Amino acid sequence: MNIKKYLLNEKVIISLFSVLISLVIAAIVMIVIGKNPLVAYAALFYGAFGTKEAIIDNIMKASPLILTGLAVGFGFRAGLFNIGANGQVIIGALLSAYVGTLVGAYPFFLSIPLVMIAGMLGGAAWAAIAGWLKAYRGAHEVITTIMLNYVATFIANYVVNGPFQAPGGVPKSPSIAYSAQFPNIMSVGATSLSTIIFVSLAAIVVIYVIIQRTTIGYEVKAVGFNPYAAEYGGISIGKNVVLAMAISGALAGLAGTTQVVGVYGRYFGALSGSMGFDGITIALIGQNDPIGIALAAFLISSIRTGSNQMQIAGVPKDLVVIIQGIIIFLVAANRIIKTIRIRKRKEAEA
Amino acid sequence: MNEWIQAILNVFTNPTFYKSTLTQSTPLILAAMGGVFSETTGVTNIALEGIMLMGAFGGVMGSYFTGNPWYGLALGTFFGLAMAALHAWASIKYGADQIISGTALILLAQGITGFALVELFGQPGSTDLVRSIPLVDLGSFKDVPFFGQIFGNLSPFVYMAFASVIFGWILIYKTKLGLRMRSVGNNPEAADTLGINVYNVRYFGVIMSGLFAALGGAYLSIGELGQFTTNMTNGRGFIALAAMIIGNWNPVGAMSASLLFGGATAFNNQLQSQSVLNLSTNTQYIFGMIPYIITLIVVAGFIGKSRAPSADGIPYIKE
Amino acid sequence: MEKVDYSKYAVVMKGITKRFPGVLANDHVDLFVKKGEIHAIVGENGAGKTTLMSQLYGLIRPDEGKIYINGVEKQIRNPNDAIEAKIGMVHQHFMLVDRLSVVENIVLGQEPVKGPFFDLGRARKEIRELSKKFGLLVDPDAIIEDLPVGMQQRVEIIKVLYRGAEILILDEPTAVLTPQETNELFEILKNLQKQGRTIILITHKLNEVMAITESVTVMRLGKVTGVVKTAETNPNQLANMMVGREVLLTVEKEKAHPGEEILQVKNLVVKENRGIEAVKGLSLSVKKGEIVGIAGVAGNGQTELTEAITGLRRVESGKIIFKGEDITNYSPKRRREMGMGHIPEDRLKHGLIKLFPVYYNFILGEHDNSKFSDGIFLKIEEIKRFSEELVKRFDVRPPKIDLLGMNLSGGNQQKVIVAREIAFNPMLMVVSQPTRGLDVGAIEFIHKTLISMRDKGIGILLVSMELEEIFSLSDRILAIYEGRIMGETTPDKTTPEEVGLMMAGHKLEDIRQEA
Repeated sequence: MNIKKYLLNEKVIISLFSVLISLVIAAIVMIVIGKNPLVAYAALFYGAFGTKEAIIDNIMKASPLILTGLAVGFGFRAGLFNIGANGQVIIGALLSAYVGTLVGAYPFFLSIPLVMIAGMLGGAAWAAIAGWLKAYRGAHEVITTIMLNYVATFIANYVVNGPFQAPGGVPKSPSIAYSAQFPNIMSVGATSLSTIIFVSLAAIVVIYVIIQRTTIGYEVKAVGFNPYAAEYGGISIGKNVVLAMAISGALAGLAGTTQVVGVYGRYFGALSGSMGFDGITIALIGQNDPIGIALAAFLISSIRTGSNQMQIAGVPKDLVVIIQGIIIFLVAANRIIKTIRIRKRKEAEA
Repeated sequence: MNEWIQAILNVFTNPTFYKSTLTQSTPLILAAMGGVFSETTGVTNIALEGIMLMGAFGGVMGSYFTGNPWYGLALGTFFGLAMAALHAWASIKYGADQIISGTALILLAQGITGFALVELFGQPGSTDLVRSIPLVDLGSFKDVPFFGQIFGNLSPFVYMAFASVIFGWILIYKTKLGLRMRSVGNNPEAADTLGINVYNVRYFGVIMSGLFAALGGAYLSIGELGQFTTNMTNGRGFIALAAMIIGNWNPVGAMSASLLFGGATAFNNQLQSQSVLNLSTNTQYIFGMIPYIITLIVVAGFIGKSRAPSADGIPYIKE
Repeated sequence: MEKVDYSKYAVVMKGITKRFPGVLANDHVDLFVKKGEIHAIVGENGAGKTTLMSQLYGLIRPDEGKIYINGVEKQIRNPNDAIEAKIGMVHQHFMLVDRLSVVENIVLGQEPVKGPFFDLGRARKEIRELSKKFGLLVDPDAIIEDLPVGMQQRVEIIKVLYRGAEILILDEPTAVLTPQETNELFEILKNLQKQGRTIILITHKLNEVMAITESVTVMRLGKVTGVVKTAETNPNQLANMMVGREVLLTVEKEKAHPGEEILQVKNLVVKENRGIEAVKGLSLSVKKGEIVGIAGVAGNGQTELTEAITGLRRVESGKIIFKGEDITNYSPKRRREMGMGHIPEDRLKHGLIKLFPVYYNFILGEHDNSKFSDGIFLKIEEIKRFSEELVKRFDVRPPKIDLLGMNLSGGNQQKVIVAREIAFNPMLMVVSQPTRGLDVGAIEFIHKTLISMRDKGIGILLVSMELEEIFSLSDRILAIYEGRIMGETTPDKTTPEEVGLMMAGHKLEDIRQEA
């Protein structure tokens, strides 16, 4: 692909502008509360890239975000807004953790695929509920996936406070078998770089191929672009809505798995964090393109990783959520940016 | 089995259940009314959740700084209106994808409230306690058995919620503006050819939704509790949206559905606390998911019987 | 500058120019409409008639040019200005709010009020009076979506009169009417003319122009190509001005050689979206190598019929038999595999995916055919080779298979669809409105293609709202009215008038008995 053409693509420009404008607005907020944005951003940058630990932490944060970004992005391709990646992460992680506790007797080349499959199936099934409700009951996936997020949270809380609780009365699951844990590439102090990043990188390739090269990708895109024409062309809308949700959910579930097998070694309540919502931001910045999503995931992971340093510098880290909100807002209302650009061009001409 | 029947009977004969139904429904009714206003004019508003959150936070903030909860209410309302105005600006003027814009505003609300919480109160999680809006004391009516216990001491928000339903119904179905709202939500092009300013009517609908949803949110914080906690809306904005759908985009229908949801939650809470059942602590999680599951089932079952305004969610762009 | 007295004209538009991205929609157009006359603006689709009238009604603003109403120059910036200048417009696609009542639609924007409330009673009364005065009877409390099209049009006309319009613009008002309803409309228009109204009629049907108007402005490709008095012209001359060359109104074809029956539809019942029966026990058959034309006014069940045959809509009862097999409950995909092609009515809705490149559109419906897919992966090279071939064979322009579907003109989009459907050697082709919105050249091409398909032994079921198309292509004609077939005939044994009567709900045997 021609890189220059890629960079000058309107979609890319919109994403870049959205990120830029949101950082400027955040800077203004900092000035208002009496903080120096340059200092804060420097802290943020240092927190994300300044040390080996930071870089490792950054990559580890990016790994699941790539997956949830791909999950939301794949849904968008089919015209579906999977706002429920969080729930799918939870269910995927829970199932992975459960299977992970059972496979102690197996060698790693069996147990690792088993926990991954469990996570993907869990996420896929959870998302497929929303897909089925959409396809055959007409219920909007935004409402159903949100409700499923809450239900997933309650289920997880129930099991780690009861049937699947680690000894000692703490609300977390028992640890998974050693054979199911992903090996680390390197460790610096308490921070370890796990091989889970390769799962995410492989997922980028797989999703890219599915979208661009396969019959399934063709059908899913057809349904997303024009369900009427898809149906006319003999493509089952219902089947593809369920399938697209399931693939999307499988990716989110896999994100959950990575946290269990590569980071915590068990399930616990806050594991999913805000990965689902981050996935939306990432898919939108990445314009649903697998490579764009990978880049966007690193952007968001950098902001998130650096936000701790920023907080130490006196700016509450919730600011990054505001930044994300503004980015999504601007991508949604991309005509705002187009209008600004046209105005500028006109001024330049005049 | 018998203890369950006993427990359920206990719940239904206890006025607390009915009062709790009203208070649980109040934020839902207000937010659902917001949804009705916005979507009647053809703008989908999933940002209700975010608007409620801002309303809740503004309520506490205003009350905290002035010591007067009514100023809090004013500030919360203002925040809600500002959020709605942003949504309106993006979706009406710039033809944004309304669901994505709504999502952005939900994130924005979470970010702003989280950020401001730390900035103003010094710690994440929850704010200090502030004065809440005083309850409406019906005096000697309180002593009427049963009904007195339900209605004797309600928050003014409860009355506001029901007033908003009457107001919404009259405005939408009995006034010229309401006729225009309905026309713009169903066929903006037709309205445009008759010289109706589609954009202005839509702005009105969306901004009104900000007002109502913010009131619903403010009830959560300064209605009775007097405190804001992180993400305290807990999906109520989405449940309100579901109530609006089940209620067929009609104020009275949305109110009925909200009462159903509120009743289910109240029933849940009351049932859990029945000592005859002797429930272990983690059953709270099972009970907790019930309202969400009910929403799922109801949304799946009622679609098709209810019809959204024809142009709901579709930006109107001239030329 | 010369001063001209325009006072005897209700409308004068001078030098109107309107550019859209890539198109010059109106190029220095002049229009003169005398007070109290019925004036036709004729031209092909895309000639710029509607654009011109949209500027008169303030929906869009001209880039250049001036507008004079009753001799006075007026700035018409929006519909409000137009309404104030006593101009009203009945749009081709009715501008009615489906879920509101007749009275609510009529008064919308100029609602009578009582205090803070909308005064429904007064609105109802005013409309009854208007109805009576102009002979336009309609139930004020009916909901629009429950009314037949003819009634909806009346609502549109009352809506315009309610606003006190002296100048009425009607855009293709007869497109959705039966010949009988058309006559009723013309009575109404003449009545309005008697009461002093000026009427501008946009149309491309020349017989209507001859029947009712006093003068005509002809447009082609954004320009005025002729202004004539109706009494001094004839349809052929008008047609020449419209298309700029002699029109071939007939299609050359040999006699058909029908083979065995390939499609049978028996007592078919199908519901439309709102759950009302749209096809009511309809039966028909198509043989190999013949074209069966279904004539009818839009909205009489044609859409539901073709969707049911092609599997896009559920059948309530009855049977569809294709190649001797009962396919009533088969999926669209299975019907396709059996050899059923479909050129859909709405090409942008069903036929084409605008955001897919042309080569993806060429395999829609056959994307999982072993020729293009090994079951998992698409054979992209093969797909592209196949597409290049079709582009050449059907002369799709521009001949670039990477172009997105949305970037083709309507005619070329239709070529892509037709090419695709033919490429897979169907035995039956269900064809709906194949030439709607196309220019003359593309129409000719599509017509020739359909005839040559027939000659290769393909059975064709043709649904069209254009009676002319039905007559020139069909070997047998069926007329549909409210979901039922009113009679069957052949083009050489009938007349457009007779088919028109069937389209209006008269059974063929009754018509012939009366005659």
